[in-house]
Amino acid sequence: MKHWLASTALALCLAVPALAQDYTPDPNAKPGGAIVITYKDDVATLDPAIGYDWQNWSMIKSIFDGLMDYVPGSTALRPGLAESYDLSEDGLTFTFHLRPGVKFHNGREMTAEDVKYSLDRVTNPETQSPGAGFFGSIEGFENAGPDGLSGVKIIDPLTVEIKLSRPDATFLHVMALNFASVVPKEAVDEYGADFGKHPVGTGAYSLAEWTIGQRLVFARNETYWRAGVPYLDQITFEVGQEPVVALLRLQKGEVDVPGDGIPPAKFTEVMANPDEASRVVEGGQLHTGYITMNVTQPPFDKVEVRRAVNMALNKERIVQIINGRAVPANQPLPPSMPGYAKDYKGYAHDPEGAKKLLADAGYPDGFETELYVMNTDPNPRIAQAIQQDLAAIGIKASLQNLAQANVIEAGGAGTAPMVWSGGMGWIADFPDPSNFYGPILGCAGAGEGGWNWSKYCNEALDAEAVKADSFKDPSDPARLAMWSDIYVKIMDDAPWAPVFNEQRYTMKSPRMGGEDALYVDPVSIPINYDYVFIKE
Amino acid sequence: MTDVTASATKAPAGALRRLLRRKLAILGLAIIAVVVLGALFAPWIAPYAPEEQLFDGLTLEGAPLAPDATFIFGTDLLGRDLFSRMLYGAQTSLVIGVVANGIALAIGTLIGVTAGFFRGWIGGGLMRLTDLMMAFPALLLAICLAAIFTPSLWIVAMVIALVNWVQTARVIYTETTALAEREFIAAERTLGAGTGRILFRHILPHLVPTVIVWGTLGISTTVLLEATLSFLGVGVQPPTPSWGNIIFENQTYFQAAPWLVFIPGAAIVLLALAFNLVGDALRDVLDPTQRGRD
Amino acid sequence: MAAYLARRLIQSVLILLGVSFITFLLLYVLPADPVRQIAGRAATAQTVENIRQQLGLDQPFLVQYGRYLGNLLHGDLGRSYLQKTDVAELIWSRLPASLLLMAGGIACELVLGLTLGVIAALWRGRALDQGLMVGSFVAVSAPQFVVGLLLLYVFAVRLGWFPIGGYGTFAHLVLPALTLGILGSGWYSRMMRSSMIEVLRADYIRTARAKGLDRARVILRHALPNAILPIVAMIGIDIGIFMGGIVVVESVFGWPGMGQLAWQAIQRVDIPIIMGVTLVSATAIVLGNLLADLIAPLVDPRIKLR
Repeated sequence: MKHWLASTALALCLAVPALAQDYTPDPNAKPGGAIVITYKDDVATLDPAIGYDWQNWSMIKSIFDGLMDYVPGSTALRPGLAESYDLSEDGLTFTFHLRPGVKFHNGREMTAEDVKYSLDRVTNPETQSPGAGFFGSIEGFENAGPDGLSGVKIIDPLTVEIKLSRPDATFLHVMALNFASVVPKEAVDEYGADFGKHPVGTGAYSLAEWTIGQRLVFARNETYWRAGVPYLDQITFEVGQEPVVALLRLQKGEVDVPGDGIPPAKFTEVMANPDEASRVVEGGQLHTGYITMNVTQPPFDKVEVRRAVNMALNKERIVQIINGRAVPANQPLPPSMPGYAKDYKGYAHDPEGAKKLLADAGYPDGFETELYVMNTDPNPRIAQAIQQDLAAIGIKASLQNLAQANVIEAGGAGTAPMVWSGGMGWIADFPDPSNFYGPILGCAGAGEGGWNWSKYCNEALDAEAVKADSFKDPSDPARLAMWSDIYVKIMDDAPWAPVFNEQRYTMKSPRMGGEDALYVDPVSIPINYDYVFIKE
Repeated sequence: MTDVTASATKAPAGALRRLLRRKLAILGLAIIAVVVLGALFAPWIAPYAPEEQLFDGLTLEGAPLAPDATFIFGTDLLGRDLFSRMLYGAQTSLVIGVVANGIALAIGTLIGVTAGFFRGWIGGGLMRLTDLMMAFPALLLAICLAAIFTPSLWIVAMVIALVNWVQTARVIYTETTALAEREFIAAERTLGAGTGRILFRHILPHLVPTVIVWGTLGISTTVLLEATLSFLGVGVQPPTPSWGNIIFENQTYFQAAPWLVFIPGAAIVLLALAFNLVGDALRDVLDPTQRGRD
Repeated sequence: MAAYLARRLIQSVLILLGVSFITFLLLYVLPADPVRQIAGRAATAQTVENIRQQLGLDQPFLVQYGRYLGNLLHGDLGRSYLQKTDVAELIWSRLPASLLLMAGGIACELVLGLTLGVIAALWRGRALDQGLMVGSFVAVSAPQFVVGLLLLYVFAVRLGWFPIGGYGTFAHLVLPALTLGILGSGWYSRMMRSSMIEVLRADYIRTARAKGLDRARVILRHALPNAILPIVAMIGIDIGIFMGGIVVVESVFGWPGMGQLAWQAIQRVDIPIIMGVTLVSATAIVLGNLLADLIAPLVDPRIKLR
């Protein structure tokens, strides 16, 4: 059963209405020009198997391609290097048909061997890929090593077969992750560990220059396989730029997009200026800020206590502290995620009710505990607001304000009774509800060192999650309903107190063109480099 | 030799009188007195609890309020009264200044005297240790230590003491070696005085002025180091206010709300300045030979 | 002289060895696991174990330290866990910015400190002198982050004379260099004042004056050089203070130097970078001190090499 025959967008939307229509580029878009984007932190690597940072995620997307891709500015899948795929009846075997004539930046044509090599490489422990775990459903993943994955087979130069050990509805999303990007073996062999500094892909741009600690320059890939894009001739990323400085340079016309967004202190000023505010694009992002409560230890082993914490929070006030750049959250999933339970009301702010619950749980006078928080602004401030809300119902939480690594350690080891997730929070890797479950709320992450910091493990829900992920179509309404149900049940157990979903605000220079969705692209963060253009 | 000992014990009273003749020293003492009183009486002076996030302490957009009649120093980014936080922050600065510096002084004096008096391999070893500490980038060391031990008020004091004793040790070492070579000590030795007697009767009393001077100047260094650690977010933990962490918490807003940075900033400068002025005056008064940087 | 130099160099190497050992030990007991940082949030326990083995972090402390030293002997500072780049390359890429900042800082502290010190000495005892000496106390009492933020606020935000931070042109350098230099200028102005007063009292200056030479000429040609030399010789000692200063100043001004590199590495437990920066700083401090000790007897014959 072919899911699409997508050499044209038209064929795609006729064939499978369920899959979103491919992107129609702006008719006014003109090729040419160069833009400047700034970041504070240096880029660590452009190796798609390794890169997992805020700033290199979208850069890697523009240099490399995977078998699958997303419609720009949306969370809908579209074909990438694979023109089409077949899925076997049992939902365990994917056969990907590759697009012919796609060339790497080094001029060589991409083939099925490159696809297998890339998947073998990312799952090989030697590679130390932080994304290896995403490929767990591929057959032979447990024995991945120098010999590669037994589940990935080359049928012919343009056909790859991938066998799964269990049905996995999210598999196509996984194939669209940066980690699944196709890389040429000869380039990896040539540069070895420094491949990340000399990336060679099939993407819309190639790396033209990289001065460590100062700038990266991307040049248009003239032979890009998608016709017509990208528009820009060149993108310069300047690193080591403080957000405040970046914004001022934008106001002076020296910068086109400040990659780290609008700094809090400047936000009110920018929004008060109609001209500048008109160039700010707001969008949701697949992010939730939450408090974890360690359910394995008193007092948070009592569900009443966890619910009381949920009810104690004055989320509006917390959102006010970050200048209203978020919306209060009542469940783990962010509103723009498929499967978000729209009708779920969550726990209302009710300190009196919370006190009663505490009394029911045997803590009429409250208790003392610790709240771990990462020590960069605004997190200590948010934690203090949480601390005050908790104090109002009798919970005296002392703050453990630490470096990111120490908080992650304490959370993973289960020594932190409460953790505020800010700064380490969950931004979805791919737009699927399952991505908020496995590592952070499921049993798999609840072990020593796992990212499930509340150590919540509900086997019944785990079983339901497996069932939901056995669907063939990730966007099947029945599947999404199951996920909604799982998260509502989780909120009943309340291992988390969801606090807010951060909104994204991207500011652009007056000359930047392309629809707003490209500037708050949910997948290519902060912006989709392939489709934006210069208006002049 | 009797008159040397006598002058060392008599010095304090005379020194105080001479100290009070210096205008700058009086200015320093006055600043210190204001800060100490503010810290001591903070619970009575402060109009609000320092941790209280006031409902009307922020604008609707979440911006802090500028100084006015209600909040004389304005409010911070959480809507807390800055004046109250400054008063309680003074407690933090003083406690750390006195405790951390006291420990550093004790370690420094102990190591300096031991190394200077006993020489030999003990002295050599101890001085190599101070050389080692001198080679450490102190701030990096302090940050690492603060990261290892979850910072609380006392841990921060310990960390500061651990990186700050070196200067004192070196000065005391130099003083002690100089003293030990003086004739009256040699005379004592020939008269058959024991090590303990020489140490406690003759060496230590002579070190008192130096210790007092370094102790006072050291408080200034300590206050600054605490502020710097807190400014980097690895010092005293919120919501306990310290002048350094008030700046840390609010610095992203310093263009829109400069008072949040410059009021605590000015307080740090004034307090450090006060201890420097008093310390310098003490140096002149107690020991006119000890001028200059080290 | 050669024997002295050899002894000092051996001592320096031993000190650096001690610094490396203590830092390595501190990072070893740090309650944060670098492997989890590398492995990321989606990693399986197996991946975590694999990475730990590959990095040798499952080995006992002394084995790890021994291996680090072994690599160090080959000039290999290791590879950053998270930046995925050789530490030497990272430091090398940050070094020019930090050196530029430190050079600017030294220039500021010397120009400011020496000028004000000379002025104070020449106007000794007057109001100007007293004012300057109080000023010098304020300079040494002001934390660098306060000075930095104040300069930023006044000269960049309010007056708009300088950029609000960043790196690149001379205008970018002025405020950070001034911030770094002000602390030292306080010390130098005091030392310069005493040194100048001492020189002015010296016999040869009195003779020159008695011979009827012009006052300005005497001061410029004879007194100044003699007063400055012993002070300039102390610059080496400042390296240690600067090494701490750049962490703060670079953070305030967003200056892309070693201080920022170190600070980010500490946040993320990137042990090879922390080790590398600490060792490079310690080496600079040790060499600075050595240099100061070597120069001192050259400019002031009263000081002898020990």
